[in-house]
Amino acid sequence: MRGILSFGTYLPFRRLDRTEITSTMGSGGGRGTRTVASYDEDTTTMAVEAARTCLAATDVAPASTYFSTVDPAYFDRTNASTIHAALRFDPSVSAVDMNGSQRSAVGALQAALEGSRPTLVVGSDIRIGLPTSADEAAGGDAASALLVGSDDDGPVLAEYLGGAVATGEFVDRWREPGESRSKLWEEKFGEVAYAPLAAQAWAKACEATGIDAAGVTSLIVTGLHARAIKRTAAKFGVDNIVDDLGSSVGNSGAAHPGLLLASVLESASAGDVVGLAVYADGVQVMFFRVTEHVGNFTPARSLATQLANGAPVSYPKFLSWRGTLTVEPPRRPLPDRPSSSAALRNIDWKFGLINPNDDGGTPMANAVGTVTTFTIDKLVYSPSPPVVFGVVDFDNGVRMPVEIADVDAADVAVGDRVEMTFRRLYDGDGIVNYHWKARPVRD
Amino acid sequence: MGSHGIKDQVAIVGMGCIPFREHWDKGLDDMLVEAADLTFESAGIEKDDVDAYWFGTSQSAASGLALSIPMGLSGKPVTRVENYCATGSEALRQASYAVASGAYDVAMAIGGEKVKDGGYQGLNAFPIPHDGTKRSLTAAGMYSLILPAYAAKYGVDEDELRMVVAKIAEKNHYNGARNPLAQFRRETSAEQICNMAAVAGKLSVFDCAGVADGAAAAIVVRAEDAHKYCDDPLYIKALAFVSGDGQGVVDPDYDFTSLPECKMAADDAYAQAGITDPRAEIAMAEVHDCFTPTELLLMEDLGFAEPGTAWSEVLNGTFNLDGDLPVNPDGGLKAFGHPVGASGLRMHYELWQQLRGKAEPERQIDLSSRDRKLGLVHNLGGYPGEMVGFVSILGTDTD
Repeated sequence: MRGILSFGTYLPFRRLDRTEITSTMGSGGGRGTRTVASYDEDTTTMAVEAARTCLAATDVAPASTYFSTVDPAYFDRTNASTIHAALRFDPSVSAVDMNGSQRSAVGALQAALEGSRPTLVVGSDIRIGLPTSADEAAGGDAASALLVGSDDDGPVLAEYLGGAVATGEFVDRWREPGESRSKLWEEKFGEVAYAPLAAQAWAKACEATGIDAAGVTSLIVTGLHARAIKRTAAKFGVDNIVDDLGSSVGNSGAAHPGLLLASVLESASAGDVVGLAVYADGVQVMFFRVTEHVGNFTPARSLATQLANGAPVSYPKFLSWRGTLTVEPPRRPLPDRPSSSAALRNIDWKFGLINPNDDGGTPMANAVGTVTTFTIDKLVYSPSPPVVFGVVDFDNGVRMPVEIADVDAADVAVGDRVEMTFRRLYDGDGIVNYHWKARPVRD
Repeated sequence: MGSHGIKDQVAIVGMGCIPFREHWDKGLDDMLVEAADLTFESAGIEKDDVDAYWFGTSQSAASGLALSIPMGLSGKPVTRVENYCATGSEALRQASYAVASGAYDVAMAIGGEKVKDGGYQGLNAFPIPHDGTKRSLTAAGMYSLILPAYAAKYGVDEDELRMVVAKIAEKNHYNGARNPLAQFRRETSAEQICNMAAVAGKLSVFDCAGVADGAAAAIVVRAEDAHKYCDDPLYIKALAFVSGDGQGVVDPDYDFTSLPECKMAADDAYAQAGITDPRAEIAMAEVHDCFTPTELLLMEDLGFAEPGTAWSEVLNGTFNLDGDLPVNPDGGLKAFGHPVGASGLRMHYELWQQLRGKAEPERQIDLSSRDRKLGLVHNLGGYPGEMVGFVSILGTDTD
């Protein structure tokens, strides 16, 4: 039996109220909120957070890591290796990117399910678009991680029953390299192009697994072409099509199939059959059967908790974080690029957060601590000033001076409880300076 | 083993200090030559009379060539010295040891910094390749951690403590206003400072040292030769330096209410000079008031006030120009300005003026009415928990 052994999700702390887009611009926007990655997050840092949550809930260690995003921090080098370093994986664990489109994310999941080793499948996206665009409003930023393996590796929560794919080649959305904006063909064309592919994939998946619509407890349907999904998914004949989190998170692209699977598994019962249909340059359908082990599984941080714990970000701040709205930079020298050779020497500290100041090399990534004192620095260089900086005494006895992320300066207080989070501090000469910050514990 | 010091073995026989300003029309070369010329004139010598030079600059230049070329030195050793904001004092320390060793008869310590060519306000760190995990906080941010910690430890209301450190700035501006060499020559009230926008913690821009260009220098000779050069030399009683182990920032027991490196340097200096009760034996002090909370802590670390009492001594005016123990009578870093490599020598320049009765009459400390004759210089570099500390003691008489 092969399937999903563990799952983890990551929603960034900030939420954009879509009506703010409309009220600011006079058009665009919509109802509900979308999640917004902070200025110091990218698809790699969010992937690390989702993977940490996933691995915290299981004893199984992956032998491979597949990472998918449409918005990678780097080209021409691997981003999964950054995740690998932050998670302190053994060098024998492989780490590869499967990037470029939402299709890659579901393809990575398929490859893992059809493979033979325990594999961590991480999807992460920051969804962007020009102001007032449909992509801007409909998108959301998130990451999801699924640990795939067999019952030889550990308890399987959801057994993979099989599925089918119908690949198609048609240009309904496209983005030129280097552009932040995707362009869209007339909407109705996509619906016409997807319809026969959806029907074909569904029929073949049912045939391959012996599942029919009546036997599906809940069906996840996701993809970037909302109209095609709306017009064709009903034809599958499944009563319970699950909430796609569009009104709270938005469509998180490469993260979304895993995010919705996690959402369903958080409240699934043994015996449930879960369908997953992903519309991306074709249609892929997968079926899973939830096992009795789901009752013994507790997510390290549930999606429900994260949904409940967001805080607003203003529309202009959102635009400046994405680089759409250029604001005056701090009048300080730009940070110099981090040294690659120094970073390699100090990889355990820089990426793995192993405390270099004690002989034992205490791992700090999962440590929780208390803010002993803090200050607000309005002078120091930051992509989004001011910097909130705290001296944190961790419960394991270690003290670290650290920047505090995801807080409004006015809300910080001595005694606040904080945990560590992987972030990009800044970049110099295109080298992303990854390290760790603290953030309030919000469980 | 032991720190023995060189008490009364070396004397300063000449000093010079140029006005600290935003010298848009002067480069480092110009300032160094100007400070050196003032110093030669003060000691009654010429550059060829100096056997060796110690040249301090933090970020404006590298190597002894940055001094020997503009000064046209021929065949002389020049040592470039760097020790953060204590660079100027370190140049004096090295020059003094060289003379005390007998290696040279006459040495110059000179420090200078050209800060205002960087294009940004504030001091800018020299870029050294690193792994990108260095703490990202300004010096103002790090020193702003002191106030809430001190308030909590000693039960002082935070707003009252904020006013106390503003009083320190007020005092130093009062002193600077009376000093023609100081960068800022206008009095500023504590109330005005408290009403300014905070830039780091509760600190405003006026809680920070002035950023200025400048240079200063000293001539040192063996004590027995001092009277060949001047009638009223200053004798070096102690030179102490401590480079910290950096553990403060990661030590859970460190509470940001003391600067241990500075306390250790002071203890060493007092031992070298034979001082047992600094408050009763020190007549005046120049201390490193890079930020107003720094001066508050230093009053306790240097033994001028009991722990937890400096704030009330500040309010009592103890450290004012007419107080019991005047501190930073020249305006300090706050009002005199802080060209990093020059500041340590500027501090010694103020002792050179005050202890010899040569300060401008309106700001001359009345030393005749008290039996204390020693002056203290404290100079530091770095941040709370991660710093270098320097303390020297100077006097007009030998024991």
